[in-house]
Amino acid sequence: MGKTKNSEITALTAADLSKALKAGEVSAREAAAAYFDAIEKTDGDIGAYLTLTPKAALADADKVDAARRAGEKLPPLAGVPAGVKDNICTAGVRTTCASKMLENFVPPYDAFVIKRLREAGTVMLGKLNMDEFAMGSTTESSYFKKTRNPRDPSRVPGGSSGGAAAAVAALEAAFALGSDTGGSIRQPAAFCGVVGLKPTYGSVSRNGLVAFASSLDQIGPITRDVRDAALVLNVIAAHDKGDSTSLDREYPDFTARLGEDIKGLRIALPVEFFGEGLCQNVKASVMDAARRFERLGARISEVSMPSLAYALPAYCVISSAEASSNLARFDGVKYGYRSDDYEDIDSLYRRTRSEGFGREVKRRILLGTFALSSGYYDAYYKKALQVRTLVVRDYERVLSQHDIILSPVTPTVAYRLGEKIGDPLQMYLGDIYTVPVNIAGLPALSLPCGADPDGLPIGMQLIGRAFAEADILRAGYAFEQDAGVRFSAAQSGRRAAASPAGIE
Amino acid sequence: MDADFEVVIGLEVHVELKTESKIFCGCSTAFGAEPNTQCCPICIGMPGTLPVLNEQVVRYAVKAGLATNCSITAYGKQDRKNYFYPDIPKAYQISQYDLPLCTGGYLDIEAEDGLKRIGITRIHIEEDAGKLIHKEGGGTLIDYNRCGVPLIEIVSEPDLRSAAQVRAYLTKLRAILLYAGVSDCRMNEGSLRCDVNLSVRRRGEKAFGTRTEMKNLNSFQFITKAIEYEADRQIKLIKAGEKVVQETRRYDQASGKTYSMRKKEDAHDYRYFPDPDLAPITVSDDLKSALLAEIPELPDARKKAYVSRYGISAYDAEQLVSDRGIADYFEKSAALTAYPKLLANLIITEVFRLLPPESADIPVSPEHMAALATLSGEGRINSSVAKLLLSEMWENDRDPALIVAERGLEQVSDEGELARLVDEVLAENPRSVVDFKKGKEKALQALVGRMMAKTRGKGNPQKIQALLRARLSDGEKREN
Repeated sequence: MGKTKNSEITALTAADLSKALKAGEVSAREAAAAYFDAIEKTDGDIGAYLTLTPKAALADADKVDAARRAGEKLPPLAGVPAGVKDNICTAGVRTTCASKMLENFVPPYDAFVIKRLREAGTVMLGKLNMDEFAMGSTTESSYFKKTRNPRDPSRVPGGSSGGAAAAVAALEAAFALGSDTGGSIRQPAAFCGVVGLKPTYGSVSRNGLVAFASSLDQIGPITRDVRDAALVLNVIAAHDKGDSTSLDREYPDFTARLGEDIKGLRIALPVEFFGEGLCQNVKASVMDAARRFERLGARISEVSMPSLAYALPAYCVISSAEASSNLARFDGVKYGYRSDDYEDIDSLYRRTRSEGFGREVKRRILLGTFALSSGYYDAYYKKALQVRTLVVRDYERVLSQHDIILSPVTPTVAYRLGEKIGDPLQMYLGDIYTVPVNIAGLPALSLPCGADPDGLPIGMQLIGRAFAEADILRAGYAFEQDAGVRFSAAQSGRRAAASPAGIE
Repeated sequence: MDADFEVVIGLEVHVELKTESKIFCGCSTAFGAEPNTQCCPICIGMPGTLPVLNEQVVRYAVKAGLATNCSITAYGKQDRKNYFYPDIPKAYQISQYDLPLCTGGYLDIEAEDGLKRIGITRIHIEEDAGKLIHKEGGGTLIDYNRCGVPLIEIVSEPDLRSAAQVRAYLTKLRAILLYAGVSDCRMNEGSLRCDVNLSVRRRGEKAFGTRTEMKNLNSFQFITKAIEYEADRQIKLIKAGEKVVQETRRYDQASGKTYSMRKKEDAHDYRYFPDPDLAPITVSDDLKSALLAEIPELPDARKKAYVSRYGISAYDAEQLVSDRGIADYFEKSAALTAYPKLLANLIITEVFRLLPPESADIPVSPEHMAALATLSGEGRINSSVAKLLLSEMWENDRDPALIVAERGLEQVSDEGELARLVDEVLAENPRSVVDFKKGKEKALQALVGRMMAKTRGKGNPQKIQALLRARLSDGEKREN
């Protein structure tokens, strides 16, 4: 031990680091230390982390090392360092949701997924930046700071799990947990050239995830490659009695079928996902991927999903409506920010919420409050639920005849900082390919499939049937292997060298 | 109240269910704990926490519905009622909006002119709020112990027409819920609270008047007073040509008046929507039958049995069945005496007087109570001795026959003995004798009183009266 250089440790995927730890080539303490070293060197430029927890991390790492020395059989990810999006509650570690409202909020409990990570022996490095309360697509709505895209620091990392994707891309974490309400894992993964998985709604407990839109939120992994995504999903997918929307079912080993061929796999390309507004580079890249799948033996066919046109407005209504209620508890009475200046309970509420929330959060609360108001409920919320049913049926129809749906993740590559923040409608449109999946509750994998001429990553999205994560992981893995994609670290400030993936 | 007017009342009754733990978390529901010692991140709405429905709540609510003749929904859901107030830490209350667990039931009450059926619109489940304690001199404290205690809200049709009917309805409802075993129904602990919706109209009118709502009334006394005051207020307004305003009013216990709290236009828009954190509630036919089987014989069935078996009046029977504990006690005791009607009377008058409100904790054994009824029934003690014995037994539960024997309390019915005493009393009280002969009936009562004193309360009052009358009229004849 001790001979491996820090940069060599952080260059390893979670799976490879796991092997090195198991073989005794690296200790958990060395791995954690290597990541804190990397964070110290690069995070000043990237800004992925809001809170670092080196003391607890090293102590946890020592426990793993001691257990390994004692000959205990450890789970695969034991000793692997990870970052966690700052809307996932961590006992004793402040959980801010990147909001002034929760700037000093320290939960006394761990989220279910954090308990699972602890049981698996992973080492938490710290908490990652995000859009405030996960509302945004650029991480620019964070109250605390902007995060830069490691592939090009003039660009955003995407959002809302921008810190998580940037940390993984910049080798500041072996993997990270994000959350995805309308694309918040998949879109930043695509922008940063990493892999992101939104699991089926109900497969990962939301217990301890500060809710944005309860019927859409789902926690998932952001990783260097597909195998790592499967490894992390193995840890976090589980039934939790503490979440009524968590399904009581058995989950397979998601790595088991990686490497199986995909001959005969039926892949659908919805024409609605390749129409107006899709940037040519992205379209070309995803179509190339489709042809590669075909060469690998998959059967590609075009399909039409007419309801997709209405998915985005329905999402806006449903997510805002739920958010308006979920965020009502931040009222200055019990915890979090409270205005200094109030005369009575009404002014306490008004000023606390006016001062504690940022613009985007207020916009959605207002939108959602309006949509649920008496006299408007039927026209907006009820209608949106009807659309939701149509979207669900459309997916069911297509997925009854196909195994997987292939689409772009985003219409364009990563935006420049400041490019979209002033135009919320434009920003919402960027979620047009990811949102319908949340509406339908399906699993979707976002993985790199190319780069634009400037070397900016392009992602594709593989959507599967409910609880068929194994299918999309197998397909994604086959693509990754065949394309010879090797994750390469993005170096801050060296965009050209930061090709996300060495596509053959 | 003005006889030209009729008052129309509908009730919303909130009842705390007697589950061990709260509706969405494992915290205790026990009443009276130190503030904020029975709460957790879930019931105080901390970020990231999620509710998980306590299934016992559904079972109890369905039982309440079955016991009040409701239809039970096969598919229910829970909705969020959104409003800002510090007693509701999530800023929404989880309740049920358009798919309540129970709908379309009824219960029967003894109204002024006999049996009356009162419709029950719906019963739904929801969580209770915390308690605000406003400190003297400013500042408010919040106790979240009650937050998340399971409630059912029972909404009646506007079928009630008087404070007495409201009282009868609440008594009956309380009895049924106690029998079904779903709640303690302790008004003094707030486990049964009542919102009163009230309007008035001229007799014969079909349309309802504009209603007001009085919230959170928690004693029979306040409910009665609030109804009387509010009905009178509305009638006066209408007679003066003014209009009743639809609003929420607060009943002030000190002044006995109601005050406007919130006008209709200021009413909250609760923005109800289905709670996405909770799964739909399904009630299978099997569960329904199982719960139905768990419900014991209900008050109405018992009442019917008492009327036919013991020959007591419907009104008295209604009193006896109003508390399951009392009714059980009565039945046990009635089996041991040949005088169940006397027993019923003893319980309704004397026992109810001695019992604290909402209690069925009778410190006298049913055997001893039966013995007391038998002593009365057999004429061995008079009613004032019975009363005396009961208060003694209340303190120290003994066989009343023993007390009677020890203390020589047996009724003096021996005619020779009584006749001798009558002579004494007449001789000692010539004034009363003269008064009686002048036609003063009262004078006879004075003489009876003297007789009771001479027998140390044990005289048989009927016999004494008869003897006195006979002797006094004898004298008249002789003088003639």
